[in-house]
Amino acid sequence: MITKIVFSLITLFTFGFFAYTINRISRLFKLTKKEFRFDRLAERATITLKVAFGQTKMMKRPLSGLLHAFVYWGFLVITVGTLEMIIDGIAGTERCLSFLGGFYNFITASADIFASLIIISCLVFLARRYITKPRRFTGVEMKPSSRADATFILGMIFVLMVSLLLLNAAYVADTEIRHGYFPISEGIASLMSGLDTGTLQMIGQTNWWIHILLVYFFLNFLPYSKHFHVISSVPNVFFTRLEPYAKLKNMSSVTTEVRLMMDPSATPPPAAAEPERFGVKDAEDVSWKTLMDSYTCTECGRCTAVCPANSTGKMLSPRKLFVDLRRRMKDKGPGLIAEGKSFSDGKALIGPDYITEEELWACTSCMACIEECPVDIDHVPFIIDMRRSLVMEESKAPAGLTMMFTNIENNGAPWQFPASDRLNWAQDIELKNA
Amino acid sequence: MAEMAANNEVPEVLFWVGCSGSFDERAQKITKAVVKILHHCKVKYAVLGTEESCTGDPAKRGGNEFLFQMQAMNNIAVLNGYGIKKIVSACPHCFNTLKNEYPDLGGQYEVVHHTQLLQELIDAGKLKVEGGTFEGKKITFHDPCYLGRGNSEYEAPRQLIEKLDSEMVEMKRSKQRGFCCGAGGAQMFKDEEKGSKSVNIERAEEALELQPDVIATGCPFCMTMMTDGVKHFNKEASVKVLDVAELISQAMDL
Repeated sequence: MITKIVFSLITLFTFGFFAYTINRISRLFKLTKKEFRFDRLAERATITLKVAFGQTKMMKRPLSGLLHAFVYWGFLVITVGTLEMIIDGIAGTERCLSFLGGFYNFITASADIFASLIIISCLVFLARRYITKPRRFTGVEMKPSSRADATFILGMIFVLMVSLLLLNAAYVADTEIRHGYFPISEGIASLMSGLDTGTLQMIGQTNWWIHILLVYFFLNFLPYSKHFHVISSVPNVFFTRLEPYAKLKNMSSVTTEVRLMMDPSATPPPAAAEPERFGVKDAEDVSWKTLMDSYTCTECGRCTAVCPANSTGKMLSPRKLFVDLRRRMKDKGPGLIAEGKSFSDGKALIGPDYITEEELWACTSCMACIEECPVDIDHVPFIIDMRRSLVMEESKAPAGLTMMFTNIENNGAPWQFPASDRLNWAQDIELKNA
Repeated sequence: MAEMAANNEVPEVLFWVGCSGSFDERAQKITKAVVKILHHCKVKYAVLGTEESCTGDPAKRGGNEFLFQMQAMNNIAVLNGYGIKKIVSACPHCFNTLKNEYPDLGGQYEVVHHTQLLQELIDAGKLKVEGGTFEGKKITFHDPCYLGRGNSEYEAPRQLIEKLDSEMVEMKRSKQRGFCCGAGGAQMFKDEEKGSKSVNIERAEEALELQPDVIATGCPFCMTMMTDGVKHFNKEASVKVLDVAELISQAMDL
């Protein structure tokens, strides 16, 4: 009875604290701009099935892709078992989902197999981080804390899986009539055959508690880690941009002004409460989806690895932009919530402490980063939004671009050629009749 | 176009030449190749000529949305004034802007890249391409970002090249994983930021590793960057950089 009460209280605290964290994060999201992403739901569902559940974009890199898929698919089936453990803990039941019969056997067997695959994956991932060290795990944005975060999470998942296998093995070894099917744990159980019931129950109990308490800790650790993607990548993929990658969205605030400029007789719209600034200068100027992108980034570095600017030594790293956005929102968000929109700490997202102008001007908008991102983060529109702020709010652009703008304004071409020369190519063309 | 309109005619397709195609000496040759093919296939086409103006793509990518929208609205007024339904462009940047970014400002057209139009002409039996000059030649295709990743067209240019009975070879980074030439996002008009290497050198090096006879592309910016890259390695005598339209028009001796 006491155990049940203690467990229930721990459970209540776990989910209470998780709700508190999510609420804090959602208040940061409320600071961002609106954007409509609830159209074409069937198409979104299909993409989510493929990219999120099917892990299709991860598989572009087959080794890490497959190992990650083991961890992800395993996580999905093992979560059913976790729910059972929570109910068992609160109600004092044992294996309460076993009435599901054949399906229960399927779930327990898959969880058992996946647990061992996840253990292998974690070991390979750790080896990659510490021995083979792929280049994409490095970079200015990869602070020692990012690495510690990754190692800590991998360690935690490893212990979670080992404890799961041990608790199942003890259960198998100790129980005559048992529910579920455990192909791997049965092997481990055969090694425990010499142990008496008391010892087996102690092993089972201890690992049950280790497992569930670690799950509870894991849940509450995620939002403070780059591993928030466990929670946000499925929605992030669902709310992906459905248009061709190369389409940049139209700024309707600009359209209104341009129409007025070109046709003075047009009726101006009712004045907006306060003029919005153009583009993205600071964290609160982004749309909620861009902020979600930043919370979903797991710092895998696939974007940076394929970036033509980065691979030729420029300052730009697409990953850094989202790491910086998340950091900036965490730095500035609480002040904005407490003191309102006028809050300023004298810094901005575009600035020496976060994203520099040089990084933004190095982008060729080639969209390799977008194509590569396994969770559909949308880098290029974010970069262009920041350029918009530089150009339209501060009139800051590299000299070449300023000249290009002037040329387009004066003679309708990015170079200094008059429109009257546009047909010069046709002067000496010889057309043969078929 | 003005002449056609004076005769109350509407073209089947408007050829959007673009600023590179109009002014850049190298790109003018691509423009001529496209026109030769359209003429050969008896397509009723027109160009805006002096009435054409920059689509605004480099302004938009450079962050100047005001300038982009002014250009777009002026162009849309001209295009709508002539009742244009279909547009072809040999520049993936113009193509993308006209196709994806003009509709929000009132410009609704069917927009195709010239490789897509050539493919349509072949499918319709109006264009017949056979080996010719490029038979057996080793050709690799450099995907323009705004055609490939940007608008998911990888096949049209490749199918055209295959029609030439040439040996098509792929670079390690091609199609979805194609590596940029370095000119997009308004980079064409500014100095490259500080780095260890130029993007176009990196890409040209990759293409030259295949020892091709021709590096084909479908974008005037890629043309500039790849041509410069090939020159950097002093390979311009043995390796030609050609647009897909030039390949077709040369193969057919148009």
